[in-house]
Amino acid sequence: MSDTATLPADFADLEPFVDWALDTWRERYDKRLDSTMAEMQAFYDAMMPRLAEILKYCDSFDLDDLPDDARNLLLLTFSMCEASFPVEAWRQPRVPDSGSADLEMVREPPL
Amino acid sequence: MVHFPKPAEGSWTEHYPGLGTGPVSYKDSYDPDYWQQEIDAIFKKEWLCVGRVERLGRAGSYFTREFPWAKRSILVVKDRQGAVRAFYNVCRHRGNKLVWDDYPNEETSGVCRQLTCKYHGWRYDLDGSLAFIQQESEFFDVDKDSLGLVPVACDVWEGFIFVNLDPEPQQTLAEALAPLADGLAGYPFGEMTQTYEVRSEIDSNWKLFIDAFVEFYHAPVLHQRQAAAEEAEKLAGFGFEGLHYELFSPHSMVSSWGGMSPPKDPSMVKPIENLLRSGLFGPWDKPAAVNDNQDLPPLLNPSKHRAWGIDSFVLWPNFMILFWETGWYLTYSYWPLGPSKHLFESTLNFAPPQNASQRAAQEFAFSTFKEYAFQDANTLEATQTMIESEVVDTFMLNDQEILCRHHHAAVREQVKAGGRPASYPWMPGTANGA
Repeated sequence: MSDTATLPADFADLEPFVDWALDTWRERYDKRLDSTMAEMQAFYDAMMPRLAEILKYCDSFDLDDLPDDARNLLLLTFSMCEASFPVEAWRQPRVPDSGSADLEMVREPPL
Repeated sequence: MVHFPKPAEGSWTEHYPGLGTGPVSYKDSYDPDYWQQEIDAIFKKEWLCVGRVERLGRAGSYFTREFPWAKRSILVVKDRQGAVRAFYNVCRHRGNKLVWDDYPNEETSGVCRQLTCKYHGWRYDLDGSLAFIQQESEFFDVDKDSLGLVPVACDVWEGFIFVNLDPEPQQTLAEALAPLADGLAGYPFGEMTQTYEVRSEIDSNWKLFIDAFVEFYHAPVLHQRQAAAEEAEKLAGFGFEGLHYELFSPHSMVSSWGGMSPPKDPSMVKPIENLLRSGLFGPWDKPAAVNDNQDLPPLLNPSKHRAWGIDSFVLWPNFMILFWETGWYLTYSYWPLGPSKHLFESTLNFAPPQNASQRAAQEFAFSTFKEYAFQDANTLEATQTMIESEVVDTFMLNDQEILCRHHHAAVREQVKAGGRPASYPWMPGTANGA
């Protein structure tokens, strides 16, 4: 997350969830594992109705030159990629039966 | 019930007489002696993919690959002429590992003008020749021309860098990859540079993960809860049938249907998939690189089925490329670390996104891939421990698992021959073939 800006004014309702604006996949996945289902459900419920608007807003900028607040919105969207699985499929933070399985991210596209 | 036609013999497996249809022993997947034979006859003889040319931007770009199964470290470097070269990562002076950072057993990458040993400062040019010896006059009878880095056979196919530890490889890379080398050439690999790369150490034999990724028989069951509920029930009832299987021994491929990208009915997929327009099969909207290039390489979608979704190719012995109809590709590599352990590596490769929506769709495709991979990986460890118990000594493989049967058989043939065999008993038209 950027230090200066949080979210664009039109998306101020999502400010309570700005701690999900995390730079790397590892951080986003760890936050998912460390969250309760109630926390993830609240994040999901707040984000779902806004996702289409978020993408439309972020698409109005050059992807390589996103303002910090738009970048945070997109990072929230990336965290939704993680949070959606527990909410929509698993009813628990971890993938069922995944035990000790883990992945090391060697390289990921920067944002 | 057969939804897709099979060969005239009645099954994919019997299309290759000599492959057999009986139960299969999995002792090849935990026996330590057999594992060592695989290393010697296969991994030390074959061309092995170590990465993409895009990792080496300009002259002097390099990366290292650790091969603990061969007690070797490989240095891959782009020389001043732009050629990709590979060397053993060992200084000719006193054997220090030439290139490493912080931890000698970890891989690294970077850019340099010369390769400098951090122990006594010997320097090598990018072509491997010894350029500088610290206090050269202190040495006796020095012939610098004979003290270059030890080369490793290295070649590039369609931007994939391969090395071969055999000092005199049995085949060129193109020969070793035939007929895939030509049959898959021309795919826009070089345009799909938006890459996620992950790795994981898995407590199973390397072949077990290949088994898992060359059959989709497991998908409607193991991954049932990944799909929307109604759709999952339908898929489980339907089971899985491949569109096409083909052996290019020792290589092989399976072609599968897709059809969910985008789905006919939005209720077939989870709510977020509709919003991000993405899922297991990747982003629903094709990139220009694939839209503009409708002539797919000849080996893709062999049945020319309109429901085609994905082709999975095994590039012998330990590399897979998966081509998705939606216009991206996935790679898997499996590196043996012991009879019951391997390093799994995967890359997801997309065309660079043009906007935030495309970027988010790719991120979701990665997230989904990873959910499936976790389920697959953990199941492998459960399998490994139970085959090792030897309570059951042979296992049942069905017709949709023909590539599992084939991969183990191809390993067996190569171990028996001590290198790439001249022919395979199940391949028509070869010396031993029917």
